[in-house]
Amino acid sequence: MSLTLEQVRRVAHLARIEISDAEAESTLGHLNDIFALIEEMQAVDTQGIEPMAHAQDLAQRLRADQVVVADQMARRNAFQAIAPETEAGLYLVPKVIE
Amino acid sequence: MIERSLHEMAQALAHKEISSVELTGLYLERIARHNPLLNAFITVDAERSLAQARQADERLARGAQSALTGIPIAHKDIFCARDWRTTCGSKMLGNFVSPYDASVIERFQAAGAVLLGKTNMDEFAMGSSNETSFYGPVRNPWDSTCVPGGSSGGSAAAVAARLSPAATGTDTGGSIRQPAALCGLSGMKPTYGVISRYGMIAFASSLDQAGPLARSAADCALLLNTMAGFDERDSTSLDRPPEDYTRELPSDGGTQPLRGIRIGLPEEFFAGGCDQEVMQLVEQAIAEYRKLGAETVALSLPNMRLSVAAYYVIAPAEASSNLARFDGVRYGYRAPEYDDLNEMYSRTRAQGFGAEVKRRILIGTYVLSHGYYDAYYRQAQRIRRLIAQDFAAAFRQCDVIVGPTSPSTAFKLGEKAADPVQMYLSDIYTIAVNLAGLPGLSIPCGFARGLPAGLQLIGNYFREARLLNVAHRYQQVTHWHQARPDAFA
Repeated sequence: MSLTLEQVRRVAHLARIEISDAEAESTLGHLNDIFALIEEMQAVDTQGIEPMAHAQDLAQRLRADQVVVADQMARRNAFQAIAPETEAGLYLVPKVIE
Repeated sequence: MIERSLHEMAQALAHKEISSVELTGLYLERIARHNPLLNAFITVDAERSLAQARQADERLARGAQSALTGIPIAHKDIFCARDWRTTCGSKMLGNFVSPYDASVIERFQAAGAVLLGKTNMDEFAMGSSNETSFYGPVRNPWDSTCVPGGSSGGSAAAVAARLSPAATGTDTGGSIRQPAALCGLSGMKPTYGVISRYGMIAFASSLDQAGPLARSAADCALLLNTMAGFDERDSTSLDRPPEDYTRELPSDGGTQPLRGIRIGLPEEFFAGGCDQEVMQLVEQAIAEYRKLGAETVALSLPNMRLSVAAYYVIAPAEASSNLARFDGVRYGYRAPEYDDLNEMYSRTRAQGFGAEVKRRILIGTYVLSHGYYDAYYRQAQRIRRLIAQDFAAAFRQCDVIVGPTSPSTAFKLGEKAADPVQMYLSDIYTIAVNLAGLPGLSIPCGFARGLPAGLQLIGNYFREARLLNVAHRYQQVTHWHQARPDAFA
């Protein structure tokens, strides 16, 4: 199987990574090499094999739906101090709705 | 002092032979002298480290120390450390000063260890040579024209050059064991779930596991004692009673201390594809194990050959999801120019990520996309199961599996950088261990053309102490782990 330039552009769009035509070209070559390696899997009959998502058979631990952080304002300020743009405790992004 | 074990350093500190401030200062000086060549550290903050050392000295003066109090430890720059810049080797996090500590960092702080600095790494831990770091490649202390391996290459180079007594790393497909092998160190990836991933920047969450890089298996055991333990903030952290990982490290045991231990030798590890000199060293190590009383058992891991293929579906799939968080909104890099929200995202990610990270995000996005999910992702998960079953069958016949860690010694800078597939294949012996979630360890087993080679030991789930014992026995009768690169005396 090999990818097309159009598929590379589409996947880049889905992943929200801007890609130039030159980059898409060179990426296409690399991705096709990698998929040639991945194709080895396709020859294996895995019918009836349960997919393995995780190394340990764990049940998801649950916790009470409670606020556990004591100094919430201090935490919020600390986390927002490193944000590109904030205002009044909110993260600012370009306007989405006109 | 720099050749002493961690235990001996702790004793020297306890007996006031040296203070933590002096010990930390000694390493900071070595970093200042050698880091310009090696580029093993991304961030060093002497003032902050020395302040911690002073606190450690106060604790030592009170006699309230633990096993690592006052000992400087370098941390891979994947671990968030409060008020330290934490870059994960990426431009994306070049300005990220963490507001909190990772669980691993907290545990070292509680033990009174000194944070010596943040080590260089492949960007978001994606690489096997440290060449994908935005902060430049790391050089191998044994030959500065060679790579140190990756992704924990900065940690490995730092410990090998004696710029730090020990360091932390993370291992998703071999990122502790392969650089340990290429730099002549002992490095361990524990069973998945033994060390908390909280605050450890995620690459492939079902595979990522932290571990120690040190000069001996005994040092690794001591570090593991501090790093391991249940943490409710990591949903995959295992709630198990605490263990003393040094408990199986006795100093004597007769002439055949490993009598009764069965060492499994999978034919797939010895089927060619490995550098012949490296293979000879591995064979010599196996002969040494027979002398120590172990018996060897031939076995097979028939699906191991598929591990690289399955890994390069599963790891990128998880990475594409994990790295969606880097969007220029809450922290890290944001592109300077954009017209709307989508453009802000896509330019931020285009400019903030390097080529290898982008490649893996694209692979992951593709294999998870509509129409390809079953053919790739589901198939890879089924093969993952087959690989885990191979190991389960193998461990019914043996206690420890042994083979090479890496198919070659350290390769030249630039040698594989342009060919992702060649780079991926350098992890051919380590990846299966992550897919199964087993503990694995690499220890030095000699030199090929002047460069260290690694012996890989793989254990069954939760058999870290046994694995460390088997490694320690070898290190009691050999001296490869004590070798130091000449340029860093």
